[in-house]
This record gives sequence, C-alpha cells and structure tokens, in this order.
Amino acid sequence: MLDYEGNLLDTNIPDIANNQQQLIKLYQSMVSTRLFDKKATLLQRRGQLGTYSSSLGQEAIGATIGCLMHDEDVLFNYYREYAAQFMRGVKMSEILLYWGGNEQGMNFQKARHDFPICIPIASQVPQAVGAAYAMQLRKQQRVAVCVLGDGATSKGDFYEAINAAGIWNLPIIFVINNNRWAISLPQDKQTHAQTLAQKAIAAGIAGEQVDGNDTIALYCRLKKALEKARSGAGATIIEALTYRLCDHTTADDASHYRNQQEVQENWHYEPIQRLKYYLIKQGYWSNADEEKLYSQSQEKVETAVKEYLNTPEQSPESMFDYLYETLPDTLVEQRNSIMVKEPK
Amino acid sequence: MADVTMLDAINMGLRTEMAADSNVVLLGEDIGVNGGVFRATAGLQNTFGKQRVIDTPLSETLIAGMAIGMAAEGLKPVVEIQFMGFIYATFDQIINHASRLRNRTRGRLTCPLVLRAPFGGGIHAPEHHSESTEALLAHIPGLRVVIPSSPSRAYGLLLAAIRDPDPVIFLEPKRIYRMFKQQVQDNAEALPLDVCFVLTEGTDVTLVSWGAMIHETLAAAEQLATNGINAEVIDVATIKPLDMNTILESVAKTGHCVIVHEAAKTCGVGAEIAAQLAEQGLMSLFAPVERVTGFDTVMPLFKLEQKYMPSVVRIIAAVTRSLKNA
Ligand SMILES: Cc1ncc(C[n+]2csc(CCOP(=O)(O)OP(=O)(O)O)c2C)c(N)n1
Ligand SMILES: [Mg+2]
Repeated sequence: MLDYEGNLLDTNIPDIANNQQQLIKLYQSMVSTRLFDKKATLLQRRGQLGTYSSSLGQEAIGATIGCLMHDEDVLFNYYREYAAQFMRGVKMSEILLYWGGNEQGMNFQKARHDFPICIPIASQVPQAVGAAYAMQLRKQQRVAVCVLGDGATSKGDFYEAINAAGIWNLPIIFVINNNRWAISLPQDKQTHAQTLAQKAIAAGIAGEQVDGNDTIALYCRLKKALEKARSGAGATIIEALTYRLCDHTTADDASHYRNQQEVQENWHYEPIQRLKYYLIKQGYWSNADEEKLYSQSQEKVETAVKEYLNTPEQSPESMFDYLYETLPDTLVEQRNSIMVKEPK
Repeated sequence: MADVTMLDAINMGLRTEMAADSNVVLLGEDIGVNGGVFRATAGLQNTFGKQRVIDTPLSETLIAGMAIGMAAEGLKPVVEIQFMGFIYATFDQIINHASRLRNRTRGRLTCPLVLRAPFGGGIHAPEHHSESTEALLAHIPGLRVVIPSSPSRAYGLLLAAIRDPDPVIFLEPKRIYRMFKQQVQDNAEALPLDVCFVLTEGTDVTLVSWGAMIHETLAAAEQLATNGINAEVIDVATIKPLDMNTILESVAKTGHCVIVHEAAKTCGVGAEIAAQLAEQGLMSLFAPVERVTGFDTVMPLFKLEQKYMPSVVRIIAAVTRSLKNA
C-alpha cells in the first residue's frame, strides 16, 4: 500500500492510514526496537551480553502484531519479534536478562500468559495450536498468535500444526517473518514452493502474502486475520515479506554467504524510513518529533540496560527451585551440595 | 469394588478424573470414536464429548506440542501416544519444552500434562512396538516417569499423575494390560508418586523391578521361597525421581540385590540403581549387585522375543550367584 517513498498507492484508503495516533505508536515502537537492537548488539560485542538475535529491518512485523493483539491473547514468539513483546508489556531489561544468561528474563511481569522465546525452530507452532484449542474449548474470545521464520516452514511441526488448525477451525494466526534467509540458506533452497503463504492451501486454511515492510498493509491484513480468528471463522497464515538486514545473530558473519550489495539494496525498502516519509507527508510528524523520539527512546534503552546490568545474579540453588513444583527428596542433597561455599 | 484388568483400571481412572475435573482433556490418535487401539479410552468420548476426548490427526509432534500449549493455558491434557516406538517424535517437545517450561519461565508457566504410552514386549507385536526405552526419559530433569505393574497401581498412580502439577510420562506395560484382574475400588484415591512399593517382604535378597517384569520377579520369589529363600520384592513404580531410600533400607536388611528390567542393560535404569547402591549402600552388600535385563541388542521380532526377555530362570540364576557370594 505504501511505496518506498511513503506514498499511499491504494485508492481504497484504510482507516489506519488516517489514524495519526496509532501510526505514531507503531512508529515509536519500531524506532525504539531498532535502538534496542543496536544497543544489545553493542553489549554483546563488549562482552556484556551473550549471543543476540537482532530484528533489524523487520521491526514492522512485531510492532503491528503487538499493536493489534489484545492483552488476553497469547503470543508465541520465536526469537526476533521483540517489538511485539515490548508492545505487550515485556520489559527491555527482561529480554536482555534472557540473552544475558538469566532465566528470570522469561518470567515476564506483564504478558504473563505469553510463551517464552523459542529457540528450537518451529516447536512453538504446535504449542500455539494447543493454546488455541484451549481457548476454543472454553469459548473464550481470545486468539493465539504464532510467529515463525521462513526456515521454520520447512519443519514437520509447522505442517502438523497448520493442518490441525484447519481441522478444528481454531482461533489462531500464523505470521511468517519471511526475511529471505535462514542463517545461510536463501529461500529458493528452502522450498520450491512459489510462496510460503500457499502452504495454507494444503491445510485448508487462509493464506496470504503481505509486504512485511509496509506497516499500513501489514496492519490491515493482520487486523482482518485477528478479527476472523476471534469471531470463530478460523485460522490464517500471513507471510510477511521482509529482509534480514543484520547477521543471523551476533555469532554469525553473513558475509560468508550473501553479498553486501543485496543487503545494501534492501536498505532501500526497510520499514521505518518508509513509515516516516508517510507520516511527514501526512503532516503527522516533524523533525522536532523525530529528535524527541530518538532521545526518549535512547533514554529508555539506557535505563533498561542499567536495570539489566544491576540485576543481581540468581543463586546457584535456583537451578533446582523451578524444576518441579515441589523439589523431590532425591534432589535435596544435590541442592544442598551446591549451596556449600567452596573453600578459597 | 470391581474385578478389573489394568486396561479397565486405566479407563476407570480417566473417567473418574474427567468427571471430577473439567480441565482434564484427552488427546491422541484413534482414542475417541475407536476408544484407543488397546481400548484404554473406550466409551469416554461418548460421555465427555468430542471436544474433551480429541481424535487428533496422525501427528505426534503436534500432539505433544498441543498438550504443552493446553497445559500452560490451565487445562490438564492426558496424551496417548499409540505405542512407545512412536514417542520419539515427541522428544523435542517433551525434552526441550515440557520438562523445562516451569524452569525457563521461573514458575510463570507450568506444564501439568500426562503422556501415556503402552510399552514393552511380549505380545507378538510388529517391529517398533515392543521396546522399553524408559531410561531415555528418566534421564531428563524436570520429568516424572511412572510405570504401574498392576490394575490397582495403574488406577492410583494414573490419578496421581493427572493431579501432579508437572509433566508425567506414564508408561503402561502392555503385556499385562489384560493379563490378570484385580479388585480395584473406584474411590478417586491416588497412590503416592516418587515412592517404591514393597510387594513382598523378605530377609535374604532384594529383588528390584518395575512394570511387566514384576510378574517374573514375583514368580521367581515364589520359587525361591520353596527353597527357603525369602526375597523382598520392590516395585519401583516411579523410576524418576527414584526412591532409593526404600531400596537402600531393604538392602541393608538383605545384603543382596538383583535388579530386573526388560530394557537393554547399558545405561538402563538398573545401572542408576546399581550406581547409587555402590555410592550409598556398598557396606551393606555381601555380593556384587546383579542385573537381569534385556540384552544390548535390537529388540528382536516376536519369534525371538521370549529369548530376549528376562525369565524366571535367569532371575533365579542371578539370585543363586549373589547368594553364593555371601
Ligand atoms: C530445530 C532447529 N534446528 C536448527 C536450529 C539452528 N538454527 C537457529 S536459527 C536457524 C535458522 C532459522 O531461520 P528462519 O526460520 O528463517 O528464522 P530467522 O532466523 O531467519 O528469523 C537455524 C537453522 C534450531 N534453532 N532449531
Ligand atoms: Mg528467515
């Protein structure tokens, strides 16, 4: 709907295109997520964070998801859609704690029903189906939102899950972040299918492709799919086309497998600038707003970093304390042994 | 009080708990209309409806993953995997997620699911239907692995498993599904998890086993008794976490221990019991610990399966070896 200079192409203008407040909220979320990513990557380089996966260039997907979901819905993120998590109340410091090696990071203080970051590719997809089943069984007006990468659509988990979502007409949407790469594997080596959205056909559910860098288009498609799921009309796959402008993670060096020119070209299409152009054209946004947003967001990120760095380490015995609701007798001795201070 | 098989007892337990707790749902392949390939869930869909007794598509990974999503949402899913040979597709979900959801969210999300699967040999089943791979799961922190050996223990332990706030793998020795009947009272009373059951008391040798092998072990104990040897038979029942206290107390009394299991020997649960006896009970032992187990071979097709399974003869031979060392 938006071209790369931020011109609205559709003649049929959606409500969101004139919703200044909502568009600014989305823009703010994308910008602060980008600053967060940058900072997290820097912390990793400085040895203050473990491996980190950035969402650079893909922020529109998370932001629109987070903006549109209801509080009581459940998000099954993989490891990129931070913007969605932040919008749902997950703290930046919590994400840093997780990648900083502290399990407390996944003990979100808000979004308490959301699933933790999921590393085994596609394994969150059947889980989302289970949550959606529970919602349907209890006649709740809630939706499970599951985000996954393009690589994840090659896994059996994904096929099993979308197939089941079709059978039971479940309140769920599957959002594919198609950033064209799965570590070093480009999409044409991942599948011979023309689109990932068409995999929905085999499952008998709706599937559509959307420009994942076009915030307005994404918003419209996601809103419709969420409303459809909430009204009991079933599941949708949304393939959001985007591009991974960063390395796969901080442990990866993408120059081994993709050329820099491709990356440069894709900077042209990235979502933040595009939305900014539109906001300016609409008269919704000024240079002063921009400056203020960047300084406020940077401050928010810095505060989160401080909170992260000042969080006390967990005690070693915490390894035992969340294994079972009640620690089995057999583990008491092991737990005690870890509490004994080693002689210096 | 009804005279029931282990299968009947499982069915009774499921029915009782489903009636008592509307959060309990069953899911698996062919469990609804058909009532399960062994008929453990027969009639339950009629009573509780298609939404709570769910015929899933043929997708083990999905089934396990769904159960996790359901459990985190407050349901109490009881999964049936048709045979243990098909459980491996669930391991990613069980090991990477179910066993650690509580831990990795620091208690925010929990996973009170039960995964039932028939296991073990002895029923002339096709390939991949007869293995005993309980040790694979017992190795995983955060799981419970429970194995009943009689109708009454199946009933009581299943209720306990469903009520437990953490994931429980409930392995059903299918050789004894219909082997014998027992009086079981449908009184909704659970048996305790995490403890062994002492089935017969004795002073001369401790026989430790679980699942279907309890029957060969009890038969061996009976024969030994005719020769004046009093064996104490312990049904481990919960193999993870392992109640070593009961075993250690018994060995302190008898000084001899023979462990019997159907699974392959190497890294079987018997190895763990023997290791813990070496760590904590060595001074009570008059003889090396004996293990009578399946061989470290591929589970043979059914023509040879009786040769694979530990027999009463092999158990008695091991006891005799142990007592000779007294
Ligand atoms: C089951 C599994 N296999 C392999 C990996 C290692 N791995 C981590 S990310 C990744 C690529 C995922 O690509 P995609 O689904 O496109 O997501 P993206 O990282 O591009 O967002 C791989 C192979 C993993 N985490 N899980
Ligand atoms: Mg990708």
